[in-house]
Amino acid sequence: MGKKAKIDRYLDSDGLDSKREQEIGQHIGYRYDVNLVPDHSHLTPYLKKYINLMGWQDLNWLEDVHLGYEEGKAAVFDRNINGWVSVPDDVKLPDNQQERDMIARELLLKFQMSKRHPLVQLKAAYKKF
Amino acid sequence: MAEMTSKHKSYDMGMHTELLRGRSQQILFSAEESENFVYPGSFDVDFDKRSEIDAGEMTATAITVKIRELMGQGFGHIVVKNPLAKHSLGVGILNRLKLDFEGSLGYFGCGLIDGPNVRIHGRVGWSCAENMLAGTVVIDKNAGSCFGAAIRGGDLVCKGDVGARTGINMKGGTILVGGRTGAFSAFMMQRGRMVILGDAGMNLGDSMYDGTIFVGGKIQSLGVDAIPGEMTDVEIKWLGRKLAMYGLKAPKGVAKMQKIVAGKQLWNYDNLEPAEKKIIL
Repeated sequence: MGKKAKIDRYLDSDGLDSKREQEIGQHIGYRYDVNLVPDHSHLTPYLKKYINLMGWQDLNWLEDVHLGYEEGKAAVFDRNINGWVSVPDDVKLPDNQQERDMIARELLLKFQMSKRHPLVQLKAAYKKF
Repeated sequence: MAEMTSKHKSYDMGMHTELLRGRSQQILFSAEESENFVYPGSFDVDFDKRSEIDAGEMTATAITVKIRELMGQGFGHIVVKNPLAKHSLGVGILNRLKLDFEGSLGYFGCGLIDGPNVRIHGRVGWSCAENMLAGTVVIDKNAGSCFGAAIRGGDLVCKGDVGARTGINMKGGTILVGGRTGAFSAFMMQRGRMVILGDAGMNLGDSMYDGTIFVGGKIQSLGVDAIPGEMTDVEIKWLGRKLAMYGLKAPKGVAKMQKIVAGKQLWNYDNLEPAEKKIIL
């Protein structure tokens, strides 16, 4: 499998390899390498600003954010809503996972800090103090 | 009871009428819509604005409330003097903040934090930074058991030794230990990274599902389904940078550290035949 085909296998196919996966029609395990540590040479300007504002020296919690694939679409998992956030169709995906992960981190950050994030409503409804 | 719950303001907000379906939420948004860097509603604090709390005569709750009040006034650097090893200090802070404790903490210190940079000039008891989400916690001396239990993200650093079950059930983040760890470290680890510069106790990484452990010293024994892995160039670079951030050094250099990963034989354990289960265990 070529490099490009390999990275897009969950976008171009159902990615169900094993007999068990085909039986249940569902992928088992993560659809990305959760152990891939970030390469800081791919940091985006937005992420650099965020790191600086938080007083950190690296990506901190964003090291565990990767670009994944959900129902045939590129998506990033938001732990705060326990769901996938689809990457907009007009975002062109690079052909390597390190750069894809940086895009995922930036998108997730923008989504979590947005006033439209579902937690804003939940907080207004249920906050204790 | 039903009448009581239906009067809750969440009903007025329409939060119980939205149709939810499927196993995940597909949310689309414009990447250009936001240039915020902090959670909506969080306190706007300045790291150069400093305040001190003398916690000697205060309860843990009063200290927590005081920290919150100070953040509300824009203080971005708070120093807590005389923490006297009280329990549950520095918990639930969901804000950017520099927080220094001039002394030791008891159990469950700095739990559930999301963002702050905490420095503890002393020791910590059990379950420090339990369920931590983001930020940094640096402990100058030793830590008790269950250090970083169920941590989700951020950097948790102990410059000394830590007890047993370090990073039990960790689901992300990085735990750095300058000294030794006790038995069953990384027990049921699901993801994230654990770096131990000294020796690791028995059953390291027992029943781990995923994640990576790096060890600079000796490993007494590996747990079920924990196996040696091969270090990559990007990991060597990452380790060197991460250790330098906290003034730590691998005793024989990062390239000579041992890497431990999950054998993944326990995945789909229920589907295995009894004989296969015996082979794994």
